[in-house]
Amino acid sequence: MSSRDVVLARVRRALADVPRGERPDEAPVARDYRRVHGSRTTEQTVELLAENLADYRALVHRSTAGALPELIGRLLAERGARTVLVPPGLDASWLAGSDLTRVEDRASATPRELDAVDSVLTGCAVAIAETGTLVLDGGPDQGRRRITLVPDHHLCVVRVPEQVVGSVPQALPRLAPDRPLTWISGPSATSDIELDRVEGVHGPRTLEVILLAGS
Amino acid sequence: MSGTYLGMPAFPRAAAAATRDGRLRANLTHATHTIRDKRAAAVAELDDWAELRAAGAAVKDRTLRHLDHYLEQLEAAVTAAGGQVHWAVDADEANALVTRLVRETGEREVVKVKSMATQEIGLNDALARAGIRAYETDLAELIVQLGGDLPSHILVPAIHRNRSEIRDIFRREMAGWGRPAPEGLSDSPAELAEAARLHLREKFLSAKVGISGANFMVAETGTLVVVESEGNGRMCLTLPETLISVVGIEKVVPSWQDLEVFLQLLPRSSTAERMNPYTSTWTGTTDGDGPQTFHLVLLDNGRTDALADTVGRQALRCIRCSACLNVCPVYERAGGHAYGSPYPGPIGAILTPQLRGIGGPLEASLPYASSLCGACYEVCPVAIDIPEVLVHLRERVVQGGPVTRGGARVVLKPAKGHAAERAAMRAAAWAFDHPGALRTGERLAARTRRLHPRRLPGPGRAWSATRDLPEVPAESFRDWWQRTRRTSAAQQGGSG
Repeated sequence: MSSRDVVLARVRRALADVPRGERPDEAPVARDYRRVHGSRTTEQTVELLAENLADYRALVHRSTAGALPELIGRLLAERGARTVLVPPGLDASWLAGSDLTRVEDRASATPRELDAVDSVLTGCAVAIAETGTLVLDGGPDQGRRRITLVPDHHLCVVRVPEQVVGSVPQALPRLAPDRPLTWISGPSATSDIELDRVEGVHGPRTLEVILLAGS
Repeated sequence: MSGTYLGMPAFPRAAAAATRDGRLRANLTHATHTIRDKRAAAVAELDDWAELRAAGAAVKDRTLRHLDHYLEQLEAAVTAAGGQVHWAVDADEANALVTRLVRETGEREVVKVKSMATQEIGLNDALARAGIRAYETDLAELIVQLGGDLPSHILVPAIHRNRSEIRDIFRREMAGWGRPAPEGLSDSPAELAEAARLHLREKFLSAKVGISGANFMVAETGTLVVVESEGNGRMCLTLPETLISVVGIEKVVPSWQDLEVFLQLLPRSSTAERMNPYTSTWTGTTDGDGPQTFHLVLLDNGRTDALADTVGRQALRCIRCSACLNVCPVYERAGGHAYGSPYPGPIGAILTPQLRGIGGPLEASLPYASSLCGACYEVCPVAIDIPEVLVHLRERVVQGGPVTRGGARVVLKPAKGHAAERAAMRAAAWAFDHPGALRTGERLAARTRRLHPRRLPGPGRAWSATRDLPEVPAESFRDWWQRTRRTSAAQQGGSG
């Protein structure tokens, strides 16, 4: 008998008390928790996202489509960045206001090459207001998972209000499970020293978010 | 404390030593009290916590009641998405499997993201015996590994170490594992985190094989979920060419939607955050993004034995948040090592005896490592009634009875240590049934009062070692009643 058969046979023997013929979905699950906590206008939801992002030490900026290239240029310059990683489908106009070297997201790039890049600029798939979370799904304006991981500075543009949802239950139906997802809530952090939160371990130590309105 | 749980003493002996360690107690008190208040605040933000908790328990119960169905569904979905699924009945088989999979890559080094399952099976030691070096990359796991130590907390395995101890370990040990600690490293948490970042960066950038566990596996989609804070998880899950995930079979949940419950319950219960900094989900392999080879090792190692116990199986709902450790008065004083397994605290006291059986002295002592105060049940995000299971397991230890071990039904004998207690209870029952004998015995005891020892001899010694023996009165209640009732009845003219 294979180990697979052994484990499954043990499971079935262990469940002798479950009536034969009971279907899995007959075991009751009451979903009477909230879809979203509290009622908010669209503007208030965006405001809550900004608050919660900032609460976990992300730097939050607001922009319109017209002002975006200049803002991005300024933020990268303030950071002292000379190189910026860009996913393949990023709107080229976003970087019109900066003259630094663009590094394309290539499959052949080694992690060491990514480590030498100063910043990464991406969009996102969904942002969750209640938790201050950005979700990346590897879409054309987000790229491979590693490009938002290895560089020390991540600049992420969220289109508001269309990419913003209130809560975790509202986010999941908008995400495709077969895509690799990265949920980001603030810069990397740890609670491993005396259970106290400290920002800045292996992921980007600086997370900047631009809430882009009217795009 | 060196890196093995083998031959650990039973809980009372280990706890007696730990409670005398003033620094350990101070470290634990500081850390658990910090997180306790924060967790309460994070939970209070959600006015539907009770409903989320009930749903979390119900989803897990549904999964456990039909675990065979969901495991087969998961296997099919992972395979369809390009992953390879393996099954391991016990720790030895899982270790041999992972060792073989690493060897097939030709690599001698692996990076690991913190995983309870691989702690449980002792994977690092097994890999070391095969000449493969496993680097722990979670900060607290790194502290434990560099210190040649054992984890003492589910979330923060180095909770027993304070910042200056961590600095000393980094200064002393980092050079032996790779990049040394920076010159003049202080004990500020930010500097310590920076030292870990620099030390591990080299490993991440050159790693070819990553090993992980998973917090959840979604049966309908074949998606695995890892919840973390530092980004070491993302490094291990995305940079290597090969990813091997070792996951307990109880980690499966039925549907994608079910994550909406657990991604709200887990971070708030665990680190008291609205959301942890990073959550990664992946389904099989993705062309051009992340590891191109993915192995999932599904681990039993006692879980089906726990599943067979209709009272005890609720322990398999556990999502490893560690909230029960942080509120437990026994854990706070005894520390994690006294529990003799990677699962300390209240959840460990019910999980370890069920995964390993209650045959050994440590496992038989664990159900007693509790005051049954119930704080663990109150904070448990999936409503595991830990006191109920503790009492149930105590009954098994004392009275014996049917249990499942290694998939087979066996009948346990009553614990030997309790034979004297049962004999005493039988003697007491006989005496109370025979009033003449009881009276004679009481009078005899009263007359020999001066000769009574302060401590009981023989099997009663352990009981009386921590208790004062009651003094035997000069006159028994029965004699006093007979004497005074007669007198008072005469005084009151028989009106009573």
